[in-house]
Amino acid sequence: MKIKTPSDLEKLRDQGQCMLSPQKPRVSVGMATCGLAAGAGAVFDALRQAADNLRLDLTLVSAGCIGCCQEEPLVDVRMPGFGRVLYARMTPEGADRLIRSLASGELPHENALAYIPEEGSDTPKSAEVLSGLVPINALPFYAKQHKVILRNSGLIDPQSIEEYAARGGYKSLLLALLQLSPHEIIDEITRSGLRGRGGGGFPTGKKWEVCSRAAGTARFIICNADEGDPGAYMDRTVLESDPYAVIEGMTIGGYAIGASQGYVYVRNEYPLAIDRINHAIERSTECGLLGEDILGTDFTFSIQVIRGAGAFVCGEETALIASLEGGLGEPRPRPPYPAVSGLWGKPTLINNVKTWASVAAIIRKGPEWYAGIGTKGNAGTAVFSLVGKVANTGLVEIPLGLTLEEMIQGIGGGGLAGKRVKAVQTGGPSGGCIPADLFHLPIDYASLTQAGSIMGSGGMVVMDEDTCMVDVARYFLRFTMEESCGKCTPCREGARYMYAILTRIIEGEATPEDLVLLEEIAMWVKEASLCGLGQTAPNPVLSTLRYFRDEYDAHVREKRCPAGVCRALIKLTINAERCTGCGLCLRECPVGAIRGKKKAPHIIDPDLCTHCRTCYDICPEKAVEIVR
Amino acid sequence: MITLTINRRPVSVPQGTLLLKAVEEAGITLPSLCHHDALAPYGACRLCMVMITAPYRALVASCTYPVEEGLVVETDAPEAVQARRLALEFLMSRCPRSDVIRKMAEKEGVTASRFGMPSTEQTDELCVLCGLCVRVCRELIGAAAIGFTGRGSERRVGAPFDFQSDACIGCGACAEVCPTGAIQMEDRGNQRILRAWNTRITLSACPECGRFFTPEPTRFLKKMLPEIETYWEVCPDCRRQKTSRQWLNAQ
Amino acid sequence: MPLIAQPDHPPAGAVLARLHQIHSAKGYLPEADIRAAADDLAIPLSRLYSAAAFYSAFSFQPKGRYTIQVCLGTACYIRGGDRLLEKIETLLGVKAGETTPDGMFTVETVHCLGSCSMSPVIRVGEETYGRLKVNLVGRLFKKYRPGEPGQKGVEEQGT
Ligand SMILES: Cc1cc2nc3c(=O)[nH]c(=O)nc-3n(C[C@H](O)[C@H](O)[C@H](O)COP(=O)(O)O)c2cc1C
Ligand code: SF4
Ligand code: SF4
Ligand code: FES
Ligand code: FES
Repeated sequence: MKIKTPSDLEKLRDQGQCMLSPQKPRVSVGMATCGLAAGAGAVFDALRQAADNLRLDLTLVSAGCIGCCQEEPLVDVRMPGFGRVLYARMTPEGADRLIRSLASGELPHENALAYIPEEGSDTPKSAEVLSGLVPINALPFYAKQHKVILRNSGLIDPQSIEEYAARGGYKSLLLALLQLSPHEIIDEITRSGLRGRGGGGFPTGKKWEVCSRAAGTARFIICNADEGDPGAYMDRTVLESDPYAVIEGMTIGGYAIGASQGYVYVRNEYPLAIDRINHAIERSTECGLLGEDILGTDFTFSIQVIRGAGAFVCGEETALIASLEGGLGEPRPRPPYPAVSGLWGKPTLINNVKTWASVAAIIRKGPEWYAGIGTKGNAGTAVFSLVGKVANTGLVEIPLGLTLEEMIQGIGGGGLAGKRVKAVQTGGPSGGCIPADLFHLPIDYASLTQAGSIMGSGGMVVMDEDTCMVDVARYFLRFTMEESCGKCTPCREGARYMYAILTRIIEGEATPEDLVLLEEIAMWVKEASLCGLGQTAPNPVLSTLRYFRDEYDAHVREKRCPAGVCRALIKLTINAERCTGCGLCLRECPVGAIRGKKKAPHIIDPDLCTHCRTCYDICPEKAVEIVR
Repeated sequence: MITLTINRRPVSVPQGTLLLKAVEEAGITLPSLCHHDALAPYGACRLCMVMITAPYRALVASCTYPVEEGLVVETDAPEAVQARRLALEFLMSRCPRSDVIRKMAEKEGVTASRFGMPSTEQTDELCVLCGLCVRVCRELIGAAAIGFTGRGSERRVGAPFDFQSDACIGCGACAEVCPTGAIQMEDRGNQRILRAWNTRITLSACPECGRFFTPEPTRFLKKMLPEIETYWEVCPDCRRQKTSRQWLNAQ
Repeated sequence: MPLIAQPDHPPAGAVLARLHQIHSAKGYLPEADIRAAADDLAIPLSRLYSAAAFYSAFSFQPKGRYTIQVCLGTACYIRGGDRLLEKIETLLGVKAGETTPDGMFTVETVHCLGSCSMSPVIRVGEETYGRLKVNLVGRLFKKYRPGEPGQKGVEEQGT
């Protein structure tokens, strides 16, 4: 069916409404990549199997990510008349029991995490049936979240354009095409205060303005989905969980600047995201929401998905464009900026996935609404992937201006297994490590930059007392070294040399002069490199030097690794009193350095031990000790 | 014309001039390896760094920075000098045998590099990855016979699959443009050898003098300039002689 | 204008798409296919070769039946991804970047598989496994290669 008029869209929306709240149970499983990694596939199969066996008529949906990845596999159950309940940490066996209960008309207590209130309705019956169950937004993990970009994530079937429409999808496009001029759209985006969510934080409206005014006949839209920061998965999740939101945003952008072709450049490691966005493009085209004469107007817009091939630097806009053009992903000096001269030298509007996903919400609810979220100069919400040594890992969307404390202790629930949180790394290889005593800082562009890090695209990796900050700095330099395109001297040669110095430090072979040299090179790479990759690559080193100088000094002067990580500077022993002789470490030691009889204390042969800490990690009795 | 300030003195240059050229205009030479007037700005070696203090303060590569009215430039700012020196130090450690780099470094006051690389196999390296050879072959000749391979510290220049480039026409522009002499072109009998590209070109004998030459570049020139009557089929030396003789006779 | 005229450029993304197509059909990029693709796309061979050699997703060497991608993204690294890699290397007797002699597995490292909340993570073929521990991998591989020396008694995660 082609959607040509507002009433066509209304029909689509009604269909979606029926799919979201059918007259039979609807069971949806979080099947984004994170869910799959936790075993959601097996849970899904078990649910289907059990339902088939019991001939239970239900809708089984594979949904996107609902955010609290820590609790995955997650199953969201909607029983007609009962409302929605979220079940956590499901297993295939649990799935079987769940279906049995549903078949007998009951909602089980087992694994129930929270109920999901439905818009405009009171406390659902499920809350009465399952006494003690709280609404999802009462969980500490969700309490301070505000979902704009992730508004549909995990709540709808990402393949279904009907369900997207039922949640208000395509209303903005309708509004934009039928009632707003391109100029008015750009004005609304400008007034909303939206800033690019890809890392730079450039005012989005201003970029659109520049692009729409640039001279040239053809124009292009690009969605940057090359999410390269290690330890971050916001953009993947948006594409996997709510692809239509990105498409709608890009289409509005195309109309605003006068482009008829858009590209989504997706990171190679994200096969599921590529499938989902491709499917959504197909469906939108079938429905006449992409292609020619969109919504009965004369506006034409198509989107093509391009698969990246494993190069972090292609996230940089000029490198991404070079890669699209078929060359190697090598950045070029700016200006000219892509908004003026981009793909094939034509004006090109490039924005991040999350920026695009925010657009439709802003057009629909108005720029004032958006500007009212967050703080001054930092309007709206941003998505973070809260991972690492933190109790609750997951995908979090917050209004800007929340403090790091609220994020890590509140939402994240503090350290892992009671360990003390030492720092948080934001902004990936371009960012820095912020120490715990600065956690009172608000999460906004200026504060994080001032603290020597950056807001970045949303990676937030928590580190605890068992993380060595020198090792972390070295880790990032190695990343830069492997991912630098190699075009310019500072990034290519400087990163390699900084890595060499950091290696000397963790091996206990560095001198105090090396630290001086390290800082000198870091400053040069930062200021003399050609593109953002090199210009920000020293941040992990500079920020750790700034806040964790004592750890560097311990390595250099005392030949000691306080966190007990650097292999050359530690020893491992087994505490005979705690060891129960279970033999796990003996089996798992990669070099066979552990000896001992069953049920008797084991010992580590210091001559064979490579200090890899495998035994330390796996010992169920915590009997392995690190001598630092 | 655009007026800017370089080292506290006003300089006027036409609009669109690159800062590197404006600085030269002011009588100051900056080290530079990857810039060539006939090629698009590239900005890879980062030797030509200067400090601008207005409209904002930043270190910039002068070879990619177009001049603008009111720009204030200091080539002698300590940060700029330091940036150029470090780049030279690193290039020296990359190519310890290169006289070109050593001399360039000496001019900037660098006599030795602190960054000797531990690996010894790199000591014969002469290539600084300025990319001039690749770009001249692609942008000016249009043969695109060579390119970059790998990335990061593994980046190199070479022929596809590091083996006999079929697209190479043996014009020698790469060897000519290479600032450090990393590309040697050698004619041996009827063979032209470009060792850096693992490539051999078979030469033709000149019907006039019998010396070997490569007819390919001439063929392209002929296609480009069909209106010019000249002795296309003989070697460049004989062509020069014949043309000048013709000219003298006409006089 | 260069001396030798250049044909029109291929459409945006065509070069990457073609390289992906060859790579997934053949498992690597054979020289003959690259040469043929350069002709088809009407681009210089040097350009296609440079692109192919730039991206880490492409290989000029044949790969094993399953590619094991061990994540060394930040989240996985600080939660023991490097030790997982070491274990896998010992178990299979090859280093990262190499293929087992029987052609079953190629071990690779990647910078993030986008499942950081489940760190440490590995991907075998198309399947992603999260919350892994060194003592779980042996058993995991058994699924792909019966007879692989692995341990019993520990439940594997993932599917
Ligand atoms: C090394 C490097 C990597 C980058 N990676 C990404 C990325 O993965 N995703 C992204 O959206 N932007 C990335 N950027 C920023 C882009 O260059 C560009 O600014 C952004 O896509 C613009 O979109 P926005 O204004 O919506 O943020 C990167 C920049 C640099 C220098
Ligand atoms: S800074 Fe690094 S990635 Fe950027 S152009 Fe230079 S070498 Fe390439
Ligand atoms: S071979 Fe010469 S011209 Fe080519 S990149 Fe190296 S130094 Fe530059
Ligand atoms: S001459 Fe300017 S960067 Fe090389
Ligand atoms: S860091 Fe390993 S999946 Fe992201």
